[in-house]
Amino acid sequence: MKFAIDCRNLVKTYAAKPPVQAVRGIDLQVEYGECFGVLGPNGAGKTTTIEILEGLLSATSGDVQVLGCTWERDSAEIRQRIGVSLQETVLSDDLTVAETVRLFRSFYRRALPVEQALSRVSLQEKAHARVNKLSGGQKQRLAVACAIVSEPELLFLDEPTTGLDPTSRREVWEIIRQLRANGRTILLTTHYMDEAQRLCDRVAIFDEGRVIALDTPDQLIRSLGGDQVVRFSFARRQDPQQHLSPDATFLDRLRGMPTVSHVESVSDRVQLTCQQFPVVVTVLIEFLHQHDYVLSDLSTREATLDDVFIHLTGKRLEGSAA
Amino acid sequence: MEKSSRNPSANRASSETELLVTSVTEPVKSWPIGVLVRTRLIEFSRRPAAVFWTYVFPLVMMFILGSAFRSQGESPSQVGILLGSQAEVLKQKLQSSPDLVVAVVDLEDGLRRLRAGRLAVLIRESARTNRGTETFPFELIYDPQRIGARTAELLVQRQLRISEGVPESYQFHRVPYSEPGGRYIDFLVPGLIGMVLLGGGLWGVGYAIVDMRIRKLLKRFLATPMRKSDFLLGIVFSRMMFVIPQIAVIMLASYLGFSVTNHGSWFEFALLVLLGGLQFAGVGLLIASRAKTMETMSGLINLAMLPMWTLSGIFFSYENFPELIQWPIRLLPLTPLLDTLRGVMLDGNSLTQHPIELALILSWTVGTFGLALWLFRWTDGQ
Ligand SMILES: Nc1ncnc2c1ncn2[C@@H]1O[C@H](COP(=O)(O)OP(=O)(O)OP(=O)(O)O)[C@@H](O)[C@H]1O
Ligand SMILES: [Mg+2]
Repeated sequence: MKFAIDCRNLVKTYAAKPPVQAVRGIDLQVEYGECFGVLGPNGAGKTTTIEILEGLLSATSGDVQVLGCTWERDSAEIRQRIGVSLQETVLSDDLTVAETVRLFRSFYRRALPVEQALSRVSLQEKAHARVNKLSGGQKQRLAVACAIVSEPELLFLDEPTTGLDPTSRREVWEIIRQLRANGRTILLTTHYMDEAQRLCDRVAIFDEGRVIALDTPDQLIRSLGGDQVVRFSFARRQDPQQHLSPDATFLDRLRGMPTVSHVESVSDRVQLTCQQFPVVVTVLIEFLHQHDYVLSDLSTREATLDDVFIHLTGKRLEGSAA
Repeated sequence: MEKSSRNPSANRASSETELLVTSVTEPVKSWPIGVLVRTRLIEFSRRPAAVFWTYVFPLVMMFILGSAFRSQGESPSQVGILLGSQAEVLKQKLQSSPDLVVAVVDLEDGLRRLRAGRLAVLIRESARTNRGTETFPFELIYDPQRIGARTAELLVQRQLRISEGVPESYQFHRVPYSEPGGRYIDFLVPGLIGMVLLGGGLWGVGYAIVDMRIRKLLKRFLATPMRKSDFLLGIVFSRMMFVIPQIAVIMLASYLGFSVTNHGSWFEFALLVLLGGLQFAGVGLLIASRAKTMETMSGLINLAMLPMWTLSGIFFSYENFPELIQWPIRLLPLTPLLDTLRGVMLDGNSLTQHPIELALILSWTVGTFGLALWLFRWTDGQ
């Protein structure tokens, strides 16, 4: 009973031509009361993993324990104690919001009154509206209401904010924070680094069916060896509008600068990760000056999980700001 | 150090034009309608279920039905002769025609068969004459609205003219048989009730389930402690709730419009309707147990419905079909239901007079439910 979710060496191969190795040996231990994020690009195996944990798919191999129980022995017990929101359920258009929640509520031994479940997701005003009259964000909140109506100890949310506008995303985040504050254990998947960073106590980064990093968001960022990202372009002094692309020697010089841990360039834009950006910028300007160049663009920001992902895989996550 | 450009037009002459090459556009030569049509065809061809139900299934049906009826030609007309001094003689004369199947019957049996559509006409000896025309010494009792009655009359007439050597002008005295219970409409209403139960079970239950499977709602339900049997019973019971008003409306309208009524026990009638509804809910459940797309579902529903529509006797009695295919017809789920419904409604039979039909209905119900529960898939995956 140590972990809310304990999953060891999980493998899932879909029978297809050719077979798809969607999950290739995943270990996850989610603690009670934790909000755990699974982060990764399309096809990384997030949905496959979460649906195995939810008891909806069978694993090819591996051990899964949920709330100290296994799906083979205690499926009825687990289902009473978890709440689920799938990536792509289409709720019945012609029911009202309240009717939908009432339906899901009827399946459990104990559950919240319909009004309370709706007020948790701020949908009281829409209680009598038809589902097909809801906005995308409201539908998503309704899906969350159906997932939490039984006051589950463990909540699975598969991409709860994908496709939502920034305001709706914030509303869903607020609901998740509330649940977390009430001591629920939450496992959520997302494409959005910022979402994981804001909501999750710990994050596992998935890529191609494997966990390529697992830690708190802060630790992951620190593991980059820096937490500042400096981005700049440069040009010849005589022609400051004409940005230039760096060559290999130039990039090597950058890597040699104090506290710099990672350097990359995309055509004429150079990005480096460092710990002390004032020092780096000073050295950089000096260096450019010696070679008769000038900075034509400069920005710095805190490093994010995005940078971690790019660093680990050389790929960019879709859906997050470049 | 390489130069790169944010503003290509200002820098066309520079030596780094390769960088730009990748982003040069070219004229689009394809024709939008052509591409759209092609895309649709590709989509279609990649759905084997759609291809099967659109192209293969009609052919399969054609061959099955075509070969079932091929050697038979047009089916002969069923003619009854009422017991009487000349009955056997008349039977001999008529039987020499290959187009007539003749049986000697008593009045009660004859009228019952006429009502059930198992006889097209009933012939009775008579001395009555039609004023002004020469007539046969026979009366023809038949329902003018029933399909095949007129054909049977003409066939009997032709055969008698040949055997008696009488002129063209000889006619029958016709007795339209249209008291309530014996008309075509009385035959048709039980057929329509069966048809509604069939369609309702297959579409109402089957379609609803596949729709929920496609919307991943079944999967979502599976993630709750909902008992699977509760879900399936809920679907079936709600279907039965629709059945009751549906049938009530048909009965009321046919009573008001045509004075059609039930000659048997109303309790047994209601029981039979519920049994029929349950039976087709089972068939619907079975068909929906694995289907993942609407095309498959529609195809399977048509596959199940078509033989019953055409063979089980909704619009005309299946006893007109060749003997050889009558026994498989009797095994289809709709046939015993219609036979029993007509027995109750037209002849006032009690259910105990239809033990074989009831046994068939119950076997279909239990069999389809059992098989459906065993095959049922909640998700479309693995
Ligand atoms: N039923 C299936 N049959 C065959 N392959 C499948 C099936 N479901 C998923 N896959 C494959 O398994 C891999 C992982 O899919 P999964 O849905 O787990 O990814 P995901 O991380 O949830 O992606 P997304 O962010 O797009 O939701 C993908 O390559 C996908 O194509
Ligand atoms: Mg997914």
